[in-house]
Amino acid sequence: MSIPLHHPVDLLRFNTCGSVDDGKSTLIGRLLYDSKSLMDDQVEALERSADLTGGGQINLANLTDGLRAEREQGITIDVAYRYFATPRRKFIIADTPGHVQYTRNMVTGASSANLSVVLVDARLGIIEQSRRHSCIASLLRIPHLVVAINKMDLVGYSEERFMEIRDQFEEFLPRLTLRDVKCIPVSALDGDNVVDPSTKMPWYSGPTLLSHLEDVHIGSDWNLRAFRLPVQWVNRPNNPSDPALHDFRGLSGQIAGGIVRVGQEVMVLPSGFSSVVKEILTPEGSVTEAFAPQSVTVVLEHDIDVSRGDMLVDPEMLPGSSTELHAKICWLHPRPLQRGKKYLLKHTTQTVQAAVTTIEHRINISNLRPESGVEELAMNDIGEVRLTTSSPIVYDGYAANRLTGSFILIEPGTNATVGAGMLPHPTEVARPEYKDFSI
Amino acid sequence: MTSYFLDHLQYLETEAIHVMREVAAEFERPALLFSGGKDSICLLRLAEKAFRPSEIPMPLLNIDTGHHFPELNEFRDRRAKELRAKLIVRKVEDAIAKGIAVQAPGQISRNHLQIPTLLAAIEEFRFDCCIGGARRDEEKARAKERFFSFRDGFGQWDPKNQRPEIWNLYNARINPGENMRVFPLSNWTEMDVWEYIRKENLEVPKIYFSHTRRCVRRHGQWLPVNDLVPIKPGEQVEELVVRVRTIGDIISTGCVESPAESVDDIIAETAVARVTERGSRADDKASEAAMEDRKKAGYF
Repeated sequence: MSIPLHHPVDLLRFNTCGSVDDGKSTLIGRLLYDSKSLMDDQVEALERSADLTGGGQINLANLTDGLRAEREQGITIDVAYRYFATPRRKFIIADTPGHVQYTRNMVTGASSANLSVVLVDARLGIIEQSRRHSCIASLLRIPHLVVAINKMDLVGYSEERFMEIRDQFEEFLPRLTLRDVKCIPVSALDGDNVVDPSTKMPWYSGPTLLSHLEDVHIGSDWNLRAFRLPVQWVNRPNNPSDPALHDFRGLSGQIAGGIVRVGQEVMVLPSGFSSVVKEILTPEGSVTEAFAPQSVTVVLEHDIDVSRGDMLVDPEMLPGSSTELHAKICWLHPRPLQRGKKYLLKHTTQTVQAAVTTIEHRINISNLRPESGVEELAMNDIGEVRLTTSSPIVYDGYAANRLTGSFILIEPGTNATVGAGMLPHPTEVARPEYKDFSI
Repeated sequence: MTSYFLDHLQYLETEAIHVMREVAAEFERPALLFSGGKDSICLLRLAEKAFRPSEIPMPLLNIDTGHHFPELNEFRDRRAKELRAKLIVRKVEDAIAKGIAVQAPGQISRNHLQIPTLLAAIEEFRFDCCIGGARRDEEKARAKERFFSFRDGFGQWDPKNQRPEIWNLYNARINPGENMRVFPLSNWTEMDVWEYIRKENLEVPKIYFSHTRRCVRRHGQWLPVNDLVPIKPGEQVEELVVRVRTIGDIISTGCVESPAESVDDIIAETAVARVTERGSRADDKASEAAMEDRKKAGYF
């Protein structure tokens, strides 16, 4: 058995939105089955539970519904992750349930996705739910979207019907901020255009779902322009056996944006102290440059005050910094967002106190239009709010950088994660606390 | 491809290191669960990388059922010594003697007894976080678990009430007496683990490679014959060339017939495997919700 030893394989993360009725589980099952990613004992387990509870019908949803309560109630409660690989790419699927708590689940499953697959039933066309899923994908700035028009077998594999649905979707597209959209006609039940090209739709010359997932270009999904390193942990060896390490002081973290090079000037925010990069350590050892999203340890030339929660940035491309924030918030908890209540806000590696001062409006997630006169945000609502924080947040717009433009809200006491926030492009750049300070 | 490209292993590595550093920064008394199995071997290498040139800033913890493969414990002790790491071992046997763990009548497996033993160790050392090597591809209850998995004062997991995990922002906050389990390898598959072992040239216990062993066929799998797995009347013992894919207790770990002698062989075998890794673990086959039930009670 020979397998190629060292060809580069990258990783695509995608989520699937739709409900069981749209054939989502069947589509995932088909993808796994046809790409030979389902194992015999998994198929066996499916058959076992089919005999016991399903009246002999194999239910592919049982593959992803991992919890007892889900199987009992026949619903999907939580996001499930599945893994499969082809020789070209590795894939992580976040399977997000469609009906219940769809906003909360989709935000969870899609926040780190490169791509979303929105399932549409060819008989029904673009419905309310398809619009919602696309709007959330757009709000979360997922770089790539696939509209999988499923159940083509039930509309006679009609090209006309496919074009009609594609037009419906394109009509709605200008309202969204999606960069890359692809419509693919499939029949998950029979496997048409999922892994293998369909012989029943010769009019369609585009890629199958899997070949699109294999080919879509994700190299530019990370922001490689403005250098950002939120300091996560200060690395100071305790009693090192190597005397050269006595004065070692490294700043560890995951690069959230851009590229950093040895010899480059960097600024620490919010303080504004500047220094020069002396050394960069990556998992592969000492290097001359590193880039997002690598986890690194950076050593600076000068011994300046830096700790967890600070951010190293490119002084030529400064982020924003403020205690007054304007944000889109997705509410995730049954206890609604209360104006004036103190929450903890975690942004990159710092946690500060925060209070919502104003709820400006709620966003109708079927058309992205604002609804005013809103007193609170309930679970699954998305709204625009103003917040005040106890210390300044150093940030970028979410559209430019998902990692430095996002935050979560935590309820003190219960420690529940109650909200997810996205920040707009800053209106003014950071003014360092010690502007004139340089070494 | 530009040079600013991470392949899948580099991406998984960078994610796991970020998670580990988040633990070091947010918790006061974390521990790293290290059994000497292949997943925790990767975990240990990632911890070395996350914190170097510092030493790993937390002790290693292992719950020894007393039914471990001897090769595994020998390996565990040697690796800890090589890394100058502090290794804490707590034994199920001692927990039984103290009455913390109670064996159900007629039950031989000590798998369940790891739970009270682990919880007692957490209490003894006041650990607020344990890093473990569990992966989401292993089992479907695990497929739903978070990187940061919150446990209440009784060590219980509440799958219906998990904290949403969004972007790379992990909510690590707990109240006194509560506990977090953190799984940096959540997104790794069995294949990724072996590819990483090859890439990093990591040593693994010899029982992962093919060897000759006396086995007995029971419940559709080959169990290794030893003092704890005596042969029952009518059972046939065969001498087979086998290896283990996953290591649990010596009484519930099935061996698979395999000629794989090297990591490359194992990778080739994994690529064409038609059975999941945990298909050879009797402890998971007890019922469809076996893993979920153990996790709710405080399992790893």
